[in-house]
Amino acid sequence: MTDDIKISIRNLYKIFGNNPAKAMERVREGLSKDDLLDQTGHVLGLNDISLDMHDRKIQVVMGLSGSGKSTLIRHLNRLIDPTAGEVIVDGEDVLAMDENRLRDLRRFKMSMVFQKFALLPHRTVLENAEYGLLIQGIKEDEAGKRARHWLDRVGLTGYEDYYPGQLSGGMQQRVGLARALATDADILLMDEAFSALDPLIRMDMQGILLELQEELHKTIVFITHDLDEALRLGDNIAILRDGALIQTGDGQDIVLHPADDYIADFTREINRAKVVRLRALQKPLNGAAPAGDALADSMVLEDALEVIAGAEGHIVPVKDEQGKVTGQVHLADAVAAMHA
Amino acid sequence: MEFLTEFPSLGRKDLSALRRAIDGTFREFTRAWGETIEAIFYPLLRFLVWFEDLLLATPWPIIILVLCGLAYAGARSWKITIGAGVCLMVIGFFGMWEDTMSTLAIISVATFLCILVGIPLGVMMARYDRAQSIITPILDVMQTIPSFVYLIPVVMLLGIGKVPGLLAVCIYALPPIVRLTNLGIRLVDKQVMEAADAFGASYKEKLFGVQIPLALPNIFAGVNQTIMMALSMVVIASMIGVQGLGVPVLRAISNQYLALGLMNGLAIVALAIIFDRVSQTYGKRLQAYRETGHD
Repeated sequence: MTDDIKISIRNLYKIFGNNPAKAMERVREGLSKDDLLDQTGHVLGLNDISLDMHDRKIQVVMGLSGSGKSTLIRHLNRLIDPTAGEVIVDGEDVLAMDENRLRDLRRFKMSMVFQKFALLPHRTVLENAEYGLLIQGIKEDEAGKRARHWLDRVGLTGYEDYYPGQLSGGMQQRVGLARALATDADILLMDEAFSALDPLIRMDMQGILLELQEELHKTIVFITHDLDEALRLGDNIAILRDGALIQTGDGQDIVLHPADDYIADFTREINRAKVVRLRALQKPLNGAAPAGDALADSMVLEDALEVIAGAEGHIVPVKDEQGKVTGQVHLADAVAAMHA
Repeated sequence: MEFLTEFPSLGRKDLSALRRAIDGTFREFTRAWGETIEAIFYPLLRFLVWFEDLLLATPWPIIILVLCGLAYAGARSWKITIGAGVCLMVIGFFGMWEDTMSTLAIISVATFLCILVGIPLGVMMARYDRAQSIITPILDVMQTIPSFVYLIPVVMLLGIGKVPGLLAVCIYALPPIVRLTNLGIRLVDKQVMEAADAFGASYKEKLFGVQIPLALPNIFAGVNQTIMMALSMVVIASMIGVQGLGVPVLRAISNQYLALGLMNGLAIVALAIIFDRVSQTYGKRLQAYRETGHD
């Protein structure tokens, strides 16, 4: 892959407590998170995070509560200042920005969707969707026009004059999404945006997001504690535990090669057929390619299984994006991959 | 043994010297600055006198109409509007119209002043914890110190009249609006504030676009309390020369006129209830958006 790095995090630390700078020295000397808490009363929120996020991709950051994922996303627009480290967005050091530059970053380059929606309760749906635009200094009627467009895109036409309190959680979060999209920022930060919603509504919202992303190609940083959600949305997934990054990769990497038992536990319950792609299973061609049409190597197992089972000798050829046949998959390997 | 039964205090001579010194210093300060301070408050006096004259000179039916109109604009309730009209008629019928207008004038000006000073103070307290820790004890003192105690320096400085009366009312009535503005802003949902930050709102945009609108119900509770406390100071203010319903009450106390005291006292109560109902329903109307549908 040759895509560009949009956001780059380098050796980021965040320590909560009275004297983070001093605690930072101890951490650099190699003090562990638990010892730091015992000896100094400081909490190591983020521990040496380095992560590159690709342009126009969905980067999922996954972890359980307390893993530091929400802290991490707030460093990208500096709602939280780090104790040490760098955050580079489009080649510019976010931590070096003065107040005005930072405000511009928040106004024009990044917008955010929150777990508990965080809509302005005293403003109507339309006025909420306009919020970022008005802050950008866009005139009211133009802002209204754009806000209506985005409300329409998230399926809220007809609700413009309602107050957030009159809407269900799912609809409120659509307002949150419209408000974030309306500012036309390249980067969308989503902090457990769908976690507060019912499972069906959550699926629905994930669908809306993927649909929009196909067209908008924003750089999305999506925080979640739900592996299913991470696998469905993420082009890349980073897993945090206790403030440290323990694995990064695409969904398939994480399911097939969990870095440790902690992640293996996570992935045990996952329906692998929906995650594993043929690319990971293919074996080199043994002489000539098997008979039949080649399947794309990006196809997930679930979709391919029936074809493989019906193929002559239970074996099918696999082609890459250019249509070149690169390998073959046997039914036995496919079935084995679902249980590994 | 004497040490335990007699509290070891300053001697009588020392004490009286101390008191004389304080009194002397303040008297000197009064002599040096009294006129300047009076001059500072002169525009306020002019405004108060002008407003009182306006209320007294305007024909009573117009006043009742205007007040009922304001009540309706605030409360949007015919019950409250008609109630206010009837109360005012009864007050006038029992011969208390002029005094009521004087009281109305001083209460309105006092409330206006308290809002003018109180809301910015509350905003400042909400923004800086340091300001809060300095101002809170001052407010405590203002609310608990017996009013007669601060009447002394006020009268020494400004003499008897409307302005010292107005100041006395304001000292007593200011704290609730300051406190409730501060509280209201501090209670604004942190997540909503974070969202405003995340979209790059400046301090001013956050204050006027998010904090104050969401704190308005609390701020209004503060205005309501301020009005109530100002009304409760009417009698005390009349002791230092403020015209109004307090004067007959004072006369009734010293001469044991039961009916006179009761009538004027009830007129104050009627004013209080009108102000209270109107400002409370207005405050509730401001947060109508909270009451609909889900949370």
